[in-house]
Amino acid sequence: MRIGVFVTCWGDALFPATGRAIVGLLEHLGHEVTFEPAQTCCGQLHWTTGYHPEATALARRFAQIFRDHEVVVTPSASCAATVRTAYPRMDPALAGLRVYELSELLVDVLGVTDVGATYPHRVTYQPTCQSLRALGLGDRPLRLLRAVRDIELADLPEAGECCGFGGAFAMKNADTSVAMVADKIARIHETGADVVCATDDSCLAHIGGALSRLRSGVRAVHLAEILASGLGAGEPTEIPAGSRSAEQAPRSDAP
Amino acid sequence: MRFSDAARPELAEPGARRARRQAAAAARTGRAEATEEAPDWELLRDAGAAIRDRTLGDLGAHLEALEAAVIEEGGQVHWARDAAEARRIIRRLLPAGTEAALVRSDVTDEIGLDGGEAGPHSKAAVVGAGFLVAETGTLVIADRGESLSFPGTLVVVAGLEDVVADWTDLEVLLQLLSRAGGDPMRPAVATRTGRFQLVLLDNGRTKVLADPVGREALRCVHCSACSDVCPVFERAGPRPYAPGRPGPIGAVLTPQTRGVEASLGASLPFASTLCGACGDVCPVKIDIPGLLVHLRGRVVESRRGRPVPTPELLLMRGIAWSMGDQRRYERTLVRRARWARLLARDGRIRRLPGLLGKWTDARDLPAPPRQTFRAWWRHRR
Repeated sequence: MRIGVFVTCWGDALFPATGRAIVGLLEHLGHEVTFEPAQTCCGQLHWTTGYHPEATALARRFAQIFRDHEVVVTPSASCAATVRTAYPRMDPALAGLRVYELSELLVDVLGVTDVGATYPHRVTYQPTCQSLRALGLGDRPLRLLRAVRDIELADLPEAGECCGFGGAFAMKNADTSVAMVADKIARIHETGADVVCATDDSCLAHIGGALSRLRSGVRAVHLAEILASGLGAGEPTEIPAGSRSAEQAPRSDAP
Repeated sequence: MRFSDAARPELAEPGARRARRQAAAAARTGRAEATEEAPDWELLRDAGAAIRDRTLGDLGAHLEALEAAVIEEGGQVHWARDAAEARRIIRRLLPAGTEAALVRSDVTDEIGLDGGEAGPHSKAAVVGAGFLVAETGTLVIADRGESLSFPGTLVVVAGLEDVVADWTDLEVLLQLLSRAGGDPMRPAVATRTGRFQLVLLDNGRTKVLADPVGREALRCVHCSACSDVCPVFERAGPRPYAPGRPGPIGAVLTPQTRGVEASLGASLPFASTLCGACGDVCPVKIDIPGLLVHLRGRVVESRRGRPVPTPELLLMRGIAWSMGDQRRYERTLVRRARWARLLARDGRIRRLPGLLGKWTDARDLPAPPRQTFRAWWRHRR
């Protein structure tokens, strides 16, 4: 299948390893991945911060770029939720874009749960709010993770509770946001996991940023990177403890 | 006061936070059990939402019917524009020199009433209404168990939206209310028809009704489920929402009733991560996260006309401009990444300047890798 990837502005700049993992994973599964270089931002930040005309302009731009794509995948549950639930509110003409979050694409569209990955770490999964409530991903990410070889999955207590990121909330209500992530980190530590995994690099930047500041040693890793691990060609490299994507060693598929 | 400033001292109270956390956990469990055992819970929610919308859509007619029914049963109806007028009316209605007992509700809290429990010697009582049935002019108080067969002067206070058309509607709402409150087996309901003084309070409600999107907030049946599941409320507690109603429902009502210009009304729509837990549990399906986003838009719009633009507006306009074009975006990406790498040590940014400093107060940010995704994509072919 020909699959367009929307890497998100945030991922393009800060977490390119996630996008590379998606490309590696989908190509490993025998699909053709395309990347539309005109893509920038879906408009989520402007929409949720109240800058609605700006968000709508970005949404129209996004729709123009991806309208003809049969399937688009994005590593961000909140960006997928923006396209699917916020766009029709901005303009009914923006409904119906076929943008899927990664686990939806794999499980629902491609019908795969075992992608062939190997990841020998103790991992706990944090279902982010948009993946849980806006997209209703349910246990799709967990089904994918359970099929990974050598992985040790640990249940996260009170998993459904928000980590405290919330976009502008993390800045406008920084104290409450930090209080929430402190509680989330306490739950993560209870699991004894080395890695906390989620389907959104924005929540992971928040959780991972706090873990890094605390020198917790626990790493925040996107689902895509775990699913692309040990596939052979696109072997992901180890991420330095506590600081995801920070100056990673070049990967075998990078120039 | 701004929500964020009011929340800070509350976060420093570990005992209160622990108590709220335990209370919330118990409430969540109770509600989950009460709603799961109702096989038609989702249908019931749909019906509740439709009932409330139908009533709010024709509120004037329902209020007129209520007024006529109350008068026919020997009561009186008084209309109060705001809290001060409501307090004046109540003072006038109470016999001079008597200490009135109080049955509290969200509305009596809203107008700032306090008073003692009703006892055998009370000559007068002020009661916050649960619902008012327009059909028969009946006062309904849910889940309190108080007897309303009170012989003295009875003053009832209610919001304009507390009216219910008839007993059929009431039955649906009471089922929703008791289950959402986690107590389906004991929906202690007290009713009284006639022989009371009814004070109907506007206090900004007509402004809420005037917003076709925002009016959905008036569906509220006062169950507190949204507060019970709110992670922000759990940390910050009720005080930062004052003098409005606490919790997510307050965050969508107060900015509408009091306006989005003052600091509380302007900050409340942002006192949420938009996690969606409140919208999921609301028994009358108020889309609280959607309303928060709508009100954020109103806050931003109210500031656009300022002669000196806010730093946030400049930042957001700048980002939108960069994101609006591939070349501008790519240039920004390269420049910002280079600049951010200068601030990094060992791959971590520990302090960012200006507005972004709020992030790095407690969280690191990874240094942007040297190669963006798009640069990698270009070079791999």
